Amino acid sequence: MSGSREKAPNSSPRGMMGGPMGGMGGGMPGEKAKNFKGTMATLIKYTSEFKVTFIVVFVLAACSSVFSIVGPKILGKVTTKLFEGLMAWYAGTGLYTDFDYMGKLIILLAGLYIVSAIFSYTQGYIMSGISMKITYRLRRDISEKINRMPLSYFDSRTHGEVLSRITNDVDTISQTLNQSLTQMITSVSMVVGVLIMMLTISISMTLVTFLILPISFSLILLIVKKSQKHFKTQQEYLGHINGHIEETYSGHNVVQVFNGEQDAVEKFNKLNNELYHSAWKSQYLSGLMMPVMNAVGNLGYVGVCIVGGYLAIHKVITVGDIQAFLQYVRSFLQPISQIANIANTLQSTAAAAERVFEFIDEDEEVPESENPAVVDKVEGNVEFCNVTFGYTKEKIVVHNFSSKIHSGQRVAIVGHTGAGKSTIVKLLMRFYDVTDGGIKIDGHDIRQFRRKDLRSMFGMVLQDAWLYHNTIMENIRYGSFNATDAQVIEAAKAAHCDEFIRSLPGGYKMVINEEAGNISQGQKQLLTIARTILSDPKILILDEATSSVDTRTEILIQKAMENLMRNRTSFVIAHRLSTIRDADLILMMKDGNIVEQGNHEELLKKGGYYADLYQSQFADREPETA
Amino acid sequence: MIMVPWYHKITYKVERGLSFVTRLIKYSKPYIFIILGAIVLLFLQAMCDLALPDFMSEIINNGIANGDSGYIFKMGFEMLGVTICSAAFAVTVGYLAARVAAGMCRTLRKELFEKVESFSNAEFDKFSTSSLITRTTNDITQIQMLVVLLIRMMFYAPILGVGGVVHAIANSKSMSWIIFLAVIVLLCIVGFMFIFALPKFKMIQTLIDRLNQVVRENLEGMSVIRAFNTQQFEEQRFDKANRELTSTNLFVNRLMAGMMPSMMLLMNLITVLIIWVGSKQVSAFQMDVGEMMAYMQYVMQIIMAFLLMSLTFIMVPRASVSAARIADVLETMPSVSDAENAQSLANCRGFIEFKDVCFRYPGAEEDVLHNISFLSGPGQTTAFIGSTGCGKSTLLNLIPRFYDATEGEVLLDGVNIKNILLQDLRKNLGYVPQKGILFSGTIGSNLIYGDKNATEEMILAAADIAQATEIIEENPEKLDAPIAQGGTNVSGGQKQRLSIARAIVKKPQIYIFDDSFSALDFKTDAALRARLKNSTGNTTVLIVAQRISTVMSADQIIVLDQGRIVGKGTHSELMKNCEIYREIAFSQLSQEELA
Repeated sequence: MSGSREKAPNSSPRGMMGGPMGGMGGGMPGEKAKNFKGTMATLIKYTSEFKVTFIVVFVLAACSSVFSIVGPKILGKVTTKLFEGLMAWYAGTGLYTDFDYMGKLIILLAGLYIVSAIFSYTQGYIMSGISMKITYRLRRDISEKINRMPLSYFDSRTHGEVLSRITNDVDTISQTLNQSLTQMITSVSMVVGVLIMMLTISISMTLVTFLILPISFSLILLIVKKSQKHFKTQQEYLGHINGHIEETYSGHNVVQVFNGEQDAVEKFNKLNNELYHSAWKSQYLSGLMMPVMNAVGNLGYVGVCIVGGYLAIHKVITVGDIQAFLQYVRSFLQPISQIANIANTLQSTAAAAERVFEFIDEDEEVPESENPAVVDKVEGNVEFCNVTFGYTKEKIVVHNFSSKIHSGQRVAIVGHTGAGKSTIVKLLMRFYDVTDGGIKIDGHDIRQFRRKDLRSMFGMVLQDAWLYHNTIMENIRYGSFNATDAQVIEAAKAAHCDEFIRSLPGGYKMVINEEAGNISQGQKQLLTIARTILSDPKILILDEATSSVDTRTEILIQKAMENLMRNRTSFVIAHRLSTIRDADLILMMKDGNIVEQGNHEELLKKGGYYADLYQSQFADREPETA
Repeated sequence: MIMVPWYHKITYKVERGLSFVTRLIKYSKPYIFIILGAIVLLFLQAMCDLALPDFMSEIINNGIANGDSGYIFKMGFEMLGVTICSAAFAVTVGYLAARVAAGMCRTLRKELFEKVESFSNAEFDKFSTSSLITRTTNDITQIQMLVVLLIRMMFYAPILGVGGVVHAIANSKSMSWIIFLAVIVLLCIVGFMFIFALPKFKMIQTLIDRLNQVVRENLEGMSVIRAFNTQQFEEQRFDKANRELTSTNLFVNRLMAGMMPSMMLLMNLITVLIIWVGSKQVSAFQMDVGEMMAYMQYVMQIIMAFLLMSLTFIMVPRASVSAARIADVLETMPSVSDAENAQSLANCRGFIEFKDVCFRYPGAEEDVLHNISFLSGPGQTTAFIGSTGCGKSTLLNLIPRFYDATEGEVLLDGVNIKNILLQDLRKNLGYVPQKGILFSGTIGSNLIYGDKNATEEMILAAADIAQATEIIEENPEKLDAPIAQGGTNVSGGQKQRLSIARAIVKKPQIYIFDDSFSALDFKTDAALRARLKNSTGNTTVLIVAQRISTVMSADQIIVLDQGRIVGKGTHSELMKNCEIYREIAFSQLSQEELA
């Protein structure tokens, strides 16, 4: 339902926008980190290995800006020399232009500019390397973390949330490292450097120029503040309209049959109008930054011309000084608007970093037992001893459950939808740990095994068949990476899927597509059975197919599961009555708890929940049989 | 996949792009005067900005050289006026651009939404729902940004660039070669970046998608991965995707890191060059110092203009992807709509008849329904059963005309439904989809979706039949209990029952239940159907189901297999003479219970 598959093309690097238009956005409001200082400290620690490199980069960046700052002053000297020569000629003193001196200055200047460019590029080159290394490591850490976290973490979170940490949040951090960080250094050194250069030329001119500073700062702050407000409103209305679109499109059939199109369009028009009013305001204000900065720059230009001209007449400064000032005025507005945005950038970076580190620091699975139990030959006896369990400590669902299952027996788990039938499975596999009591396999508490050893005893076939983007062959081989092609095909035969695989285009070489129109749900389940057969587990966990599988395939699945269950202890989440009746033990679940256990006859006689469920399924047949 | 030659793709893109440009022009018509006004203002702004160096030149040549401070103040005052004008023009242009962009997007968004609302399921299948959502939301936002950019940059940059060249040449013809040198070097740098970076940019998107895919697979298959102990394998898979993405990103970033330093270097060296060449000319009395300084500033403005233009060209292809995606939707005609001579339907009696109906999904190679014929009338329940993919839901989808039959006829009261006004046809249908779908609002607003005038009594009665009373009762706000967007605050079973109640409130002549009972447990399912049977009385009921217990009591059961009817009759008849029906029955119930 979410539009996540088609991402808006907004994730390409900010690189190309970073230059002369860096301050154009007018500063979109970022979210704020809960603990700014702490997160920044963690981020600095995380990147501490690059401490020295960072310092080198900062020095390079600062040097590069200083070198380019010296330029206009030297250039000004050249012009002054030229002007003086000219004036002298007018005055008839015969002093003529000193091309030797000017030539030297110009070569020096060109050299400085080239060195500055080289420094600037080297700095960018190194910084890209560092930021990419850090980005790579953050992603790797998150991905590895996923595998070490308890499954319970993901109960309350959508996949989208985790995905967005790996992509969006890591991207934000990466961009800050790659660009904003050095931008801050260059901006600050630019402003400071320009200020110093101006002061060395003329204090009074500097004062005049800096009159525009408070003007530009307050204008920037005003625009940022205003545009953030409207940006937020716009986002809010955008949210409303997107919600309406998503809902209407997803329920298209219902809208049609209930003739609801007109209503939907009317509501849409209303929302669209609201959006329009906030959209143009937001667009207008956020686009105001550039013209306003331009205007401030022009004001500075005019100021320099007037005051500079006046001072030049009174021989306080030279013509070259005016020229240098004109260049300085132009070159320090850009860094100022960048500095104004630093706070925003840092905030949103901190917010992103906070989410990433929060994830990386989440609790992991309980550590492994120190001297793990090792069983050479697993028999498959399973014993539940006074098992008590709740997903949260406050809400216990399984109360004091005990049962003994012998090697090779078949256990059916039954209950209504949402009765918690998969709880037992999760406990057996240690996706969750029991709150109290214990589960034993062949006499050892499962917590004594290493997770890896425990889980390799089990084979699992779930209804929601999970396959990954690769060929069918590799998907089956997932059960045992060492298996040969022949062994894979053998397993496929045992799982009754060899035949349909061969009929597919490409056969075993066909790539399973994620959007997976290419094979049916039932066929997918058959493949997962083959995968499990290949892994040859001692204990099985099966989830019977319900409505989504067609009858023919369902019969194949049944046969394949029969093959699989032979000589193995098995737990079946059962929907078919025939499976339930044949089971050695039935566990009746209700509201997460195991309320009854026994075989079909025993439970029917008992006349409890199971009998009730059994009756209700055939309630409307009763008049006929009566 | 059929291999399409690369140049086809390019021509296709260009065509889509062009068709969108014409469309954009169409949308801009109501704003044509505003846009022209904006261009005029931009022109004036450029003139103002370009005039400043001239003033400066005058101040230096006449003011300083002659020591005339009065002249300086006079000129300075005029300059100030020009600056203020320039700022006013720029701010006004920003305002106009924002109004135009937001306005055009409002129209575009509206047309897109209305278009999608007119689509049948065939078009939804073609684009996929999530893609339609993205197109109506994100893609439009992209266009809005593009329009602002077009007005502000695309018009301004050339004006500034050309103006700069004119002013510069007016100042000194002999130095114009410097301008051309600067522009050529600039174009080379930008072109170099384009050629090397653009293909990589596209690649990065693919690599990000691949990385996301691995993560998504990892999240979805978490329990399987742990069960098979394949964490390490998955980490390697992720690492490979991560490495590829990182190295491509690194390449692009390092390339882009060269952009600013090289631009700055170009600007600075050109300045030096102008000073060097200029001072020679000044000494030869071919130009003034002030003119030389002004010249320097013109060249800066020209380079700036070119820089802006090349940045715009980077933005345009990105937005044109969105544009093409929007144009695709707007240019698609809905496959189901009212016929010209469609008639209204006054009193629907509820006879549904399929006459030799065949159906093929658009673009498919084979029919999914073959020669389907049956009749169902008021007071009768017809159930459809069969394996997935046998076409039973597809068959029901033909009745509300989500799709139209490819061959044969679907008749309502003897009239081909293609000749009935869509609105009238659907007014008589009570449709309950497989997945309960609710809309944001309240429980009450959802229940009266089919009949805005329903009384509370009617609503509660319908809820009672649908076994939904407890959902209403357990909420202190009763019918006013809020339903979140997409109905996320109620469970699947509750949604299902509420959407059944919604259909009942509508009091339709024909009920269509498309596997609507699957999310209910056996007990609720049974109770609901018993109540429904009593209250639907003289209506026509069509049910698709997977559970044999759901269909057993129907008046007529139709067994479908691979799009064909392979059995028709009551439960006991079919048990006797339909092999496939028996197979289904035995797979779900044991012999004893079926006897």
